[in-house]
Amino acid sequence: MSNKYRLSSGGQINRSETISFKFNGKTFYGYKGDTLASALLANGIHLVGRSFKYHRPRGIFTSGVEEPNALVQIIKDQGKTDPNLRATQIEIYEGLNAISQNCWPSVNFDLGSINNLFSPIIPAGFYYKTFMWPANLWENVYEYFIRKAAGLGKSPTKKDPDIYDHCYYHCEVLIVGAGPAGLVAAKTALKAGKKVLLVDERSNFGGNLNFSNNDYNKVNELSPLEWIRKTCLELQGNKHIKILDRTSVAAYHNYNYLIMVQNLTDHLPDKDKKGKIRQRLWKVRAKKVILATGSIERPMIFDCNDRPGIMLSSAVRKYANTYSVKCGNNISIFTNNDDAYETAITLHNKGVKVKSIIDIREKSDGTLPKKCNVLGIKIHWKSAVIYTEGYKKINKIYVMKLSKDNTSVVGNKLKIDCDLLCVSGGYTPAVHLFTQSGGKLDYDEKKHYFFPKKSTLSQISVGSCNGTFGLKNIISEAQEKTREFLDIKETEQFNVLETKSGTFENIWLIPSSKISGKTKSFVDYQNDSTANDIKLALREGFKSIEHVKRYTTTGMATDQGKIANMHALGIISEITNTKLGELGTTTFRPPYSPITFGALVGRNVGQFFDITRKTPIHDWHEKNNAKFEDVGQWKRAWYYPSNNESMYDAVQRESKAARTNAGILDASTLGKIDIQGRDASEFLNRVYTNAWSKLAIGKCRYGLMLNDDGMVYDDGVTTRLSENHYIMTTTTGGAATVMGKLEDFLQTEWPELKVYLTSVTDHFATISVCGPHSKKILEKVTKNIDYSDSNFPHMSFKNGLIDKINCRVMRISFTGELSYEINIQANYGQSVWAKCMVAGKEYGITPYGTEAMHLLRAEKGFIIVGQETDGTVTPVDLQMDWIVSKKKYDFIGKRSLYRSDTMREDRKQYVGLLTKDPKEILEEGAQIVAEVQNKPPMDMIGHVTSSYYSPNLNKSIALAVVKNGKKLKGTKLYVPMPNKTIEVTVSDTIFLDKEGKRLNA
Amino acid sequence: MFIIKCPYCGERDHSEFSYGGEAHLVRPKQPTELSDDQWAEYLFMRKNIKGLQYERWNHSHGCRRWFNMARDTSNDKIHSVYKIGEKANK
Repeated sequence: MSNKYRLSSGGQINRSETISFKFNGKTFYGYKGDTLASALLANGIHLVGRSFKYHRPRGIFTSGVEEPNALVQIIKDQGKTDPNLRATQIEIYEGLNAISQNCWPSVNFDLGSINNLFSPIIPAGFYYKTFMWPANLWENVYEYFIRKAAGLGKSPTKKDPDIYDHCYYHCEVLIVGAGPAGLVAAKTALKAGKKVLLVDERSNFGGNLNFSNNDYNKVNELSPLEWIRKTCLELQGNKHIKILDRTSVAAYHNYNYLIMVQNLTDHLPDKDKKGKIRQRLWKVRAKKVILATGSIERPMIFDCNDRPGIMLSSAVRKYANTYSVKCGNNISIFTNNDDAYETAITLHNKGVKVKSIIDIREKSDGTLPKKCNVLGIKIHWKSAVIYTEGYKKINKIYVMKLSKDNTSVVGNKLKIDCDLLCVSGGYTPAVHLFTQSGGKLDYDEKKHYFFPKKSTLSQISVGSCNGTFGLKNIISEAQEKTREFLDIKETEQFNVLETKSGTFENIWLIPSSKISGKTKSFVDYQNDSTANDIKLALREGFKSIEHVKRYTTTGMATDQGKIANMHALGIISEITNTKLGELGTTTFRPPYSPITFGALVGRNVGQFFDITRKTPIHDWHEKNNAKFEDVGQWKRAWYYPSNNESMYDAVQRESKAARTNAGILDASTLGKIDIQGRDASEFLNRVYTNAWSKLAIGKCRYGLMLNDDGMVYDDGVTTRLSENHYIMTTTTGGAATVMGKLEDFLQTEWPELKVYLTSVTDHFATISVCGPHSKKILEKVTKNIDYSDSNFPHMSFKNGLIDKINCRVMRISFTGELSYEINIQANYGQSVWAKCMVAGKEYGITPYGTEAMHLLRAEKGFIIVGQETDGTVTPVDLQMDWIVSKKKYDFIGKRSLYRSDTMREDRKQYVGLLTKDPKEILEEGAQIVAEVQNKPPMDMIGHVTSSYYSPNLNKSIALAVVKNGKKLKGTKLYVPMPNKTIEVTVSDTIFLDKEGKRLNA
Repeated sequence: MFIIKCPYCGERDHSEFSYGGEAHLVRPKQPTELSDDQWAEYLFMRKNIKGLQYERWNHSHGCRRWFNMARDTSNDKIHSVYKIGEKANK
């Protein structure tokens, strides 16, 4: 196998386990323990993707979550695919198949790279400026091409077959990050016997110490790796700690509530993944949180700093130490600090040639630079890399001396050949989670980073995420702060060996010998934003960093600018001459790194996504071929097509039968609230617009409920069962909110009322039987009830028996027909329904659904709250003045009916509409005009709220709200449609049986 | 995601509660005697404070009782919870 960049020994890979994988269709080999990035580098592959806008070749830049370039798409069986994964985090497994993104036809030959030639004319805000007009080109031309050109990976088109899980967890101490600071914090916390949760996004712990140089760092006389292993073993042996690896904290919310995603199977071979949970979303509530999230190395910003073969120095060190991979054969290093020298020495010791180190500093008195001198590595002090060459892989760098004040370059241009350039711009504390939790940052003017200043929660930051650097400092801070935080007496001695470091110096944007504007110094690799884009945004007047960010898209890619957001801020601060501390940062938003939708929804997919409520009679409807409609969470029988009827035909048949013979409707979904207590009548007086005190026991009354703004909120029939006992019905959709509103008033406004509310919606099945034969059917089904009109008139109720079971029968009607409603304990619903069907057979009883119900009530002009009303309609608008009590001193919404706005005469008012052609059916929602113009705009005076063809009247009928409609009866209006204009006449809202004779038929 | 101490049930997760707007708005006892402006003031006008705000909450997925809360909207710190009819601890 050709791992020609694999070093002969060392590393944490298992050389006895060879793994084959595919990248862009070609088979490669790596070892167990490799990431996709390390395995590709071992095979000499740097070029893995194309940049977003200019399609420039891009290579692996980092070794972790902060990777901006190496985004790949994983191809799996059966059309399954995962886009936008970072090659630096993917652990290879047998069968892994990855491809590059954002390139066509291939990563090596990408047609989109033509954009690079045009880059001078595609600056920041290019799309905003160019694709503004003409507007009609947007839909057909611009959007199509922009969509094609934009985007990273491709989303899967098939259902995700994987299993995802959710888990709630409570702990006393949560420690985020298992680097040296996190490990020491965990050890310390366990001394007090605290319940600890320790998480790290990586599979191997120890943070950057995991790949540091053995000769120069020791803890308690152990090499870094030995100390990490020993410490982890100690922790694992303690029953008070739970340790999660491959677990990334996505969000840190208030009250120490954290969301994290654990990767369980992505690193396993396909055959071992089957049947296992892929990812688990942890919802953790911690008493105390210790953040030990470490820091992220910065790049340097100079002309053409984005070529494949330019990598972070710490990443190159990690590839060498952890994966035993050399990223190049002829290496140069560009730095402003001593950390990069450790990389140089590591590579040198492994036999890799380090040709030169370019350091912007005058000098350094640290241990490692001195050692490099001794090793004979050439150091160019006070110098900078100003330009690079090499299209698909770097092959040259150009170096010049920096001027005294670092604002320009001077002297001769030195050309150095190399196949790898390590860059190191110092470290930025990873304060993402700290700021998400509401913490405030401060800026250190000397060290050039933001660090945690003040937390509002029970939380501390330790180690480099707190701006503490150097192993000795990190370990001692982690121990001391944890002891103080958790009030721990015991202390442990850590004997740390580390090297002396020289001071770090910072230049946000490396000067160039070219004129400004001719350089391509990338600040955001993934979104292709350059320093010039930022300068342009500032010239064009953007001042707020939030605006500059959005205009240039700096920091808005999937990596959220983890690498170089600081440089963008630094450049803005220098140009605007604002102190960085005053400039502040852009907002750090969750998730810290991208998470899958699968993890977010967990097991709540398919039928578990939402609750489905079914009535007790649901099975009967299903067996009898009902089509269902969703009403909130309810499934309601919509219509019952027989013999392949269309919906229209079924509804016409059902509606006709309900008026000529008998109809039966499942009304179990109506909200039912049981109201009891001394003041029940007074309570109803206050919540309904009409009067209730005088309603006799055993009688029913229709009520309209308003909000305090005077708008119709709900309606329904309420029955007085006894002196202080009522049962209220509400609309199906309004049941829960009405209950909530009534409870609210009882608890907060009228605590003096003795009234008790119980929701009994699910306790009763409600079966409505209507039509001329309904009385005869009810007489057959129930016992003990005298159905004579004198004993049991319209709007009254009787207790009865069906076999031995108690039931309530209300004589109320939503269809305008003689109609009875049986309420019975829910579990008898289906058998009573069946009984009604048997009893009604000789009378041609016909089940009808919600659509026929809507049609039947429209013939009678009865409103449906939510169809004729939309929260802007008063009872007066509905021409229902008759139900609004003038006598009552107050009720909810009364005062608002006398506001100047609600008393306007030209409000939209409820009317009926008849089409000129009785066969023409209006479209619900259609706009109504008084005068038709040649083309829009036209003055719209109302809209159609309900519209049907009435089989009982043999004509089209519609309900509408129209401005000043009360006075327009008989007026001709128009409903303009796309291909015609329909003439209508304003009519009464009651189309059928105005006298209400059918109620007693 | 707050942890809210329901005055009747004790500490519970945010997801059990629903927010009910500004607290201590007394519904006028004699609305008919108010001018349109006075009624509109009660009906529509709400404070939107950055800082300590008194607000109504309902333990909707618990005991269903309403109560009041003093919360700092700038950092979501809950200063006190108290029953309807009680005075806030200032």
